[in-house]
Amino acid sequence: MILARITGSIVSTIHHPIVDGRKLLLAERLDLTGKPTGGYLIAMDAIGAGRGETVLILDEGNGARQILDDSNAPVRSMVVGIVDAVELGSS
Amino acid sequence: MLLGRVIGTVVPATLVDELSATPLLWIQPLDREGQPDGEPLVCADGTRMAGPGQMIYWVASREASLALDPWFVPVDDAIVGLVDELRNYPPKDLT
Repeated sequence: MILARITGSIVSTIHHPIVDGRKLLLAERLDLTGKPTGGYLIAMDAIGAGRGETVLILDEGNGARQILDDSNAPVRSMVVGIVDAVELGSS
Repeated sequence: MLLGRVIGTVVPATLVDELSATPLLWIQPLDREGQPDGEPLVCADGTRMAGPGQMIYWVASREASLALDPWFVPVDDAIVGLVDELRNYPPKDLT
């Protein structure tokens, strides 16, 4: 899983049936200190994440298909958690 | 999934049977602001609705073969949907 921040969303009316009724979110990848790495991805929302939130994104196809309960879903990235805090080291 | 823009079409002379009914399009990958980012690539169009100039989102590898109908065909990249609107939240909303 990767850390990311929700920076936008996508409106799409013509799409694969698996996208029907689901939200697509734009997320920028974060490093472990919370700074953007420059990369981004489009992830499907599984939990109701909103703008500016730091989230956990599952970036693995079989796990995503398991969440969607569809073994043929062409989806790799799912927002699976909202992050409150990231602690580094013991101090 | 990543953003892309259709910049052209590909007309193959000969193609494996599984892909013969699927449109192939040139895609310029985009960053999250919609600006070109990276090298163009050829995508199979799972929606069959994309045309030049259209902003789309696409997937790679196994997910690409699942996006098509018939599915499980030999492709690297495939279009999953068309982008009507790209909403980037203003930076002040992200703190």
